[in-house]
Amino acid sequence: MLVFCRAVVRSCRGVTLDNIRPFHLFNDGYSVTSFHRRKLQSHITCNVCVTRLFSSQPHNPKVPKVATWEPVQDDQLPQPAKIPADLVDKLERLALVDFRTKQGLACLEKAIRFADQLHVVDTSGVEPMDSVLEDRVLYLRNDTAKEGDCAEELLRLSKQTIEEYFVAPPGNIPLPKREDRTALLKHSEF
Amino acid sequence: MAASCAAASELLHNVNKQIKLLFPKTSCVIRRISTTADRWDSPTQVKTKRSPQQLVGVVGLEIHAQIHSNTKLFSGSAVRFSSPPNSLVSFFDASLPGTLPVLNKRCVEAAVMTGLAFNCTINKKSLFDRKHYFYADLPAGYQITQQRRPIAVDGILTYSLLGGLKRNQVLKKTVRIKQVQLEQDSGKSLHDDLQSQTLIDLNRAGVGLMELVMEPDMSCGEEAAAAVRELQLILQALGTCQGNMSEGQLRVDANVSVHRPGEPLGVRTEVKNINSARYLARAIDYEIQRQIDVLQRGGTVQNETRAYDSKSGETIPMRDKEGLQDYRFMPEPNLPPLIVYEDNASLLPGADVCQAVVVHEIRERLPELPSVKRDRLVRTYGILPEHSFTLVNEEGLVEYFEAVLRETKKEPRKVIGWVTNELLGQLKQQDMSVSQSPISASALAELLELQETGRISSSVAKQVFQEMWTSSGKTAPQIIQEKDLGLVSDAEQLHNICQKVVDSNPDEVHAIRNGNKKVLNKLMGLVQKETKGRADPVLVRTILQEKTSS
Repeated sequence: MLVFCRAVVRSCRGVTLDNIRPFHLFNDGYSVTSFHRRKLQSHITCNVCVTRLFSSQPHNPKVPKVATWEPVQDDQLPQPAKIPADLVDKLERLALVDFRTKQGLACLEKAIRFADQLHVVDTSGVEPMDSVLEDRVLYLRNDTAKEGDCAEELLRLSKQTIEEYFVAPPGNIPLPKREDRTALLKHSEF
Repeated sequence: MAASCAAASELLHNVNKQIKLLFPKTSCVIRRISTTADRWDSPTQVKTKRSPQQLVGVVGLEIHAQIHSNTKLFSGSAVRFSSPPNSLVSFFDASLPGTLPVLNKRCVEAAVMTGLAFNCTINKKSLFDRKHYFYADLPAGYQITQQRRPIAVDGILTYSLLGGLKRNQVLKKTVRIKQVQLEQDSGKSLHDDLQSQTLIDLNRAGVGLMELVMEPDMSCGEEAAAAVRELQLILQALGTCQGNMSEGQLRVDANVSVHRPGEPLGVRTEVKNINSARYLARAIDYEIQRQIDVLQRGGTVQNETRAYDSKSGETIPMRDKEGLQDYRFMPEPNLPPLIVYEDNASLLPGADVCQAVVVHEIRERLPELPSVKRDRLVRTYGILPEHSFTLVNEEGLVEYFEAVLRETKKEPRKVIGWVTNELLGQLKQQDMSVSQSPISASALAELLELQETGRISSSVAKQVFQEMWTSSGKTAPQIIQEKDLGLVSDAEQLHNICQKVVDSNPDEVHAIRNGNKKVLNKLMGLVQKETKGRADPVLVRTILQEKTSS
């Protein structure tokens, strides 16, 4: 469920990749976006071929060998979600991503509609999983210093440094008010 | 502490004056609220004064204790205070893509040990979560913490306050500990307002923290400060946190609200930026009073974060968070659940013993906790409870006290005064620690032994102590010999001196002969003055009694 939602958010981001704010500490904004793009692709491939290529377990007969798909009737789903402007504001603020375009909003609403199908699945009595690793033993490390001392290398990644410090803007830059932002984003309107 | 109460009452006084100016007709109900001094100094009076509609403070604390470990919580970079900026940062600490957290066993053991010290239930399975927020000193954009299932829950902290008229009554109080959770520390930001930029040092980013959440069981600043002090002593005894507040190893946020007893809790504010135990009490008492004032004026308390300004002694609202924070908690996908085991028998077959955190083993290693130590001191040596607090509060003082006792036959109840008054007084005056004392435990024992065996008087002993302090290295016998401070016990010499005193004070002698035996003490004082305190008091008394009885 979680992974799924994140994939949706990412596909939303895909629409307005150019609007992603560059990350403060690392000037290499391009590599950050391309990192997301790669992830996005890997999600798509995952969703398409569920042949469990990398599974070490013998195939479980309860799991179908190929993905099966049954469309869910619209009347089985809850009312389609409407995204009020305030919520868009909040989401943009939380994710530091702008998607206030017609297409961006449509994409988000479509993604939520897609996820609505999960409401049909009966999960009563099923404990949710945190991760596929939850039955693995967590490795514990001994308390001996083995890393660090690479300030020079790290500082080289930063656009701006002073002495041995990274330099960031003061505090959190407050996002512009909605009206200002609409004006700001006019150019990105389709 | 006394100072803080005084400050609080002064503050109240001023507030009252203002209120009288503002609302001359309203009767001031405000007077005795939260003045902790009042409450303890005159408990009976307070009972009658307290009406049901009176507002009282409610205080809960959130404490971040830096784990005393060699390396960070999830990376192998060293933990050290005041190192060159960004020199203790691994790729993981800088959140470079592709790096993964690797949990430090020591940090888990420290959290378990701390939980056990507070009688917590240790969760055999605990979980890690991500808490998201954007700030430059948190390069990942999220903090790894334990929101859903922390490592330890449901503990209790017992602390004591000194109350009563002479502040020598020990009042035991408890506060419930909701949970102990493991989480990462953030980096440090240096704000350069002039050039409008922030300098980031990630040395602290990723250091292991134990967040201890206390239930709102306290009612004033003094209680909170006493609870924090006890917590600090416990953590230091365990060695799980060094507890130095000025270096940020122990950071306290206070949740403060006011309500009428029996009614639901009021709207709370969070007071941050409290970086010393001294300010903790003041900040809380200020905030309680501020909220009472707001309510008395008919206003409402806002749920907000406030910072304590130690210069003005006030709390001020911090920059408004834009609406309600949404941390978007989610399970940390890179860390499976953390499992700890009750004993070796419960280890899973095939599990690596070196990897396992075994609660039973940690329980065995628990050291003597401060409260147990205090009880033992009172029981073993017959000293007063308040003295046991003084001893335990000062690092190394218990050991010093016990070392002195090993080398002298002097009674512990007499030695305690020397240690807590003379020694500690000098140390405090010069801002020194016990380990820096120029007078070693055995040197003090030697001095006390001389007094005990009657070689010097107690006033001379104090004089010698001062000499020893300033001329370090000289032993007590050396100083006594050099300055000729030994007790005069030559009977003939004392006889002469006593005779002189008796002859020159006929009135006093007359009074004694008429039955007023107390006047003898005056004559004794005169003899001691004559001998500069070196006369053997027992001998002098006998001689004087002899000379005044006929």
